Amino acid sequence: FWGAAAVSLQRSAHPLLCYVAHVTVGLAQNFLPEWTLLGDTSVLAGVYGPAEVKVSKEIFNKATLEVILRPKIGLPGVAEKSRERLIRNTCEAVVLGTLHPRTSITVVLQVISDAGSLLACCLNAACMALVDAGVPMRSLFCGVTCALDSDGTLMLDPTAKQEKEARAVLTFALDSVERKLLMSTTKGLYSDAELQQCLAAAQAASQHVFRFYRESLQRRYSKS
Amino acid sequence: MAEAAAVVAESLAGGRARAARTVLDQVVLPGEELLLPEQEDADGPGGAGERPLRLNAGARARVRVVCGPGLRRCGDRLLVTKCGRLRHKEPGGGSGGGVYWVDSQQKRYVPVKGDHVIGIVTAKSGDIFKVDVGGSEPASLSYLAFEGATKRNRPNVQVGDLIYGQFVVANKDMEPEMVCIDSCGRANGMGVIGQDGLLFKVTLGLIRKLLAPDCEILQELGKLYPLEIVFGMNGRIWVKAKTIQQTLILANILEACEHMTADQRKQIFSRLAES
Repeated sequence: FWGAAAVSLQRSAHPLLCYVAHVTVGLAQNFLPEWTLLGDTSVLAGVYGPAEVKVSKEIFNKATLEVILRPKIGLPGVAEKSRERLIRNTCEAVVLGTLHPRTSITVVLQVISDAGSLLACCLNAACMALVDAGVPMRSLFCGVTCALDSDGTLMLDPTAKQEKEARAVLTFALDSVERKLLMSTTKGLYSDAELQQCLAAAQAASQHVFRFYRESLQRRYSKS
Repeated sequence: MAEAAAVVAESLAGGRARAARTVLDQVVLPGEELLLPEQEDADGPGGAGERPLRLNAGARARVRVVCGPGLRRCGDRLLVTKCGRLRHKEPGGGSGGGVYWVDSQQKRYVPVKGDHVIGIVTAKSGDIFKVDVGGSEPASLSYLAFEGATKRNRPNVQVGDLIYGQFVVANKDMEPEMVCIDSCGRANGMGVIGQDGLLFKVTLGLIRKLLAPDCEILQELGKLYPLEIVFGMNGRIWVKAKTIQQTLILANILEACEHMTADQRKQIFSRLAES
């Protein structure tokens, strides 16, 4: 059974699409897949949990959060592991793990297509999947990527080509309550002032993403 | 830089806490803060931050509000932790401010004390049965927790049987425990569920809707075929009708009625009643 709602949002010439779908799959009863498209980047996310956890991995006072990121082709490598760690740290800051001690919450992300801003797209997909699965969270979060090219021009949600030619690429994860910074990862050369400028631009752009979350969740609940 | 700062300030201004009363039956998102009724008086007229001085400032009666699923207390406000529609129920006895909760759509069950659930026996170890209830841990069920069970007269429960019982211990720190008798020692409908029939899973929200008083779906189902049905709060439904085909039809209707409107449902029922 597939029920999908798709919404397209124009933001700095990069449409943002999200399918909020409800799929019943035989054994995986707590599996809720979400698609997020950022331009042509799309990531499918599913959340399992709170579920049983192996005794070796259990934490006595909070939930064990696991993130699995699978690339489009090939075996997952070091880059995937590093992105998994970044996504996991962001999710751990936001998910109320103390409500479910000695359980595991697993977020599985599958890259469908990559055209730049992959980490931001993964973060958005992970957030929507966690909300849809009913995991208690203290706020929502979103990912925004900024690229600085050699002239110092700031581009939000760069394409793969823009990322390759940029002087610096910065990805931020921002929370929904006060737009605070949850996670940042940067690559390249940039000055202190440029960092502040990128952060401010990312905070402004994040309100579009949060408004989009609100609209698609309202659409989902209006069907019932 | 200045205009970016101005835009940021405008976006942050939307994050102020809202009064719970104004958001009833609307979709709320995790991270929103809700003000309880007695706090609005303090924040209302003095919106700029000034409060009128009162001589009996501390003597205002506090209304006791129960914080239900999906909400957490955060200081003296309510923090929303799950996405869903905010609901409120007035207090019956006149004391307290009622219950606030969030109606969310979820498939995963978390054991709650007092809930009646359908479990599947997975193991028999010594004096207890391990029952899978769909949570993060299997629940334990003692063999003495059946009506009329004694050490000599053990209940006839095998691995793979379906059990309808309720939780006596269910919190985040301990393994859940369930029993098949009520506080007076009577079975009251609980125990091993009989042979045949079909067990299937639906969302938790649908179960709550079906178990609400005056549910039309159940009355219409009863008129369609004679049936036996057991609802578990963990999202499991066991249904049994005279033939396998009727059982399957009932299972399909129940799974689909979550996404159908009342009119579509009536159409399907009338079509089935004719055939």
